[in-house]
Amino acid sequence: MRCAVVVFPGSNCDRDAFHVLKNVFGLDCHYVFHEDTFPPNEFDLIVLPGGFSFGDYLRAGAIARFSPVMESVREAANRGKFVLGICNGFQILTESKLLPGALLRNKNLKFVCKDVHIKVVNNATPFTCLLERGQVLRMPIAHGEGRYFVSKDELKEDQIVFQYCDERGNVTEDSNPNGSFLNIAGMTNERGNVLGLMPHPERCCEEILGNTDGRKIFESLITHFVRRQEHEAN
Amino acid sequence: MRKMYRVRVQILPKEGVFDPQGQTVKGALEKLGFEKVKEVRLGKLIEIVLDAEDESQVKERTKAMCEKLLANPIIETYQLLDVEEVS
Repeated sequence: MRCAVVVFPGSNCDRDAFHVLKNVFGLDCHYVFHEDTFPPNEFDLIVLPGGFSFGDYLRAGAIARFSPVMESVREAANRGKFVLGICNGFQILTESKLLPGALLRNKNLKFVCKDVHIKVVNNATPFTCLLERGQVLRMPIAHGEGRYFVSKDELKEDQIVFQYCDERGNVTEDSNPNGSFLNIAGMTNERGNVLGLMPHPERCCEEILGNTDGRKIFESLITHFVRRQEHEAN
Repeated sequence: MRKMYRVRVQILPKEGVFDPQGQTVKGALEKLGFEKVKEVRLGKLIEIVLDAEDESQVKERTKAMCEKLLANPIIETYQLLDVEEVS
């Protein structure tokens, strides 16, 4: 699986993502600069990493969305390639309209940096195929603009992939760290090949970091990719 | 002849979108004794200076800027406040 990690000015989780894909999962991984473009079949997975692209000026992701690389990302997404937006990457995906909704300032107006629990509400995506429905994961979040908003007519419930919850999996107001609508922590597109989430799976893939729950998302993707290739070969 | 204009655009959170900054400012105003404040919404004011043929072209171009970049219609509304010729 050939992977790309896009680097915007102000990205700061690009190296973490690259490290996990290359060193933890042994994948063929490349950095792509925001000013560059690539052919739509070049990469099987494109990661838009966390950070503060273009200083988060105007709205988080609003300026990054017009980077030349985003045209390539859009074309790759249209061809069914996997696109994973983490934190600022999620914000860029909503601004690009590759995912519905928008991300607003946290309800308490504070930057929240802590571990949260999220529940898998849709395991029919390539990103969650090894997870159980209702399974609870622990993952770090670190953001100031993570309050997911979507209008009711724009929301299709099966596009919700993760919801903030307590450690037993109850979706409560107390377990909502930013005031997101319906505790939404991660969304996919209709086709299921684009995922955006505020939590950072790339920060919890190694024993030495005390948490490996993030591995399951990457393992799901790799498994899905291999199965699809085998299927296509037959 | 092309002239230079200054245009101001106001961007506000859409109705129905919770605005915690406005809410906090409203609370502060109430604490200071301004108890009749019903609502406060906080947004942005963007001032743009541009060359154009005339005022209608300024408006048209500013509207396009709002639609494309300055405002996100899912969460915000925009309004052109005024256009002024500058030298």
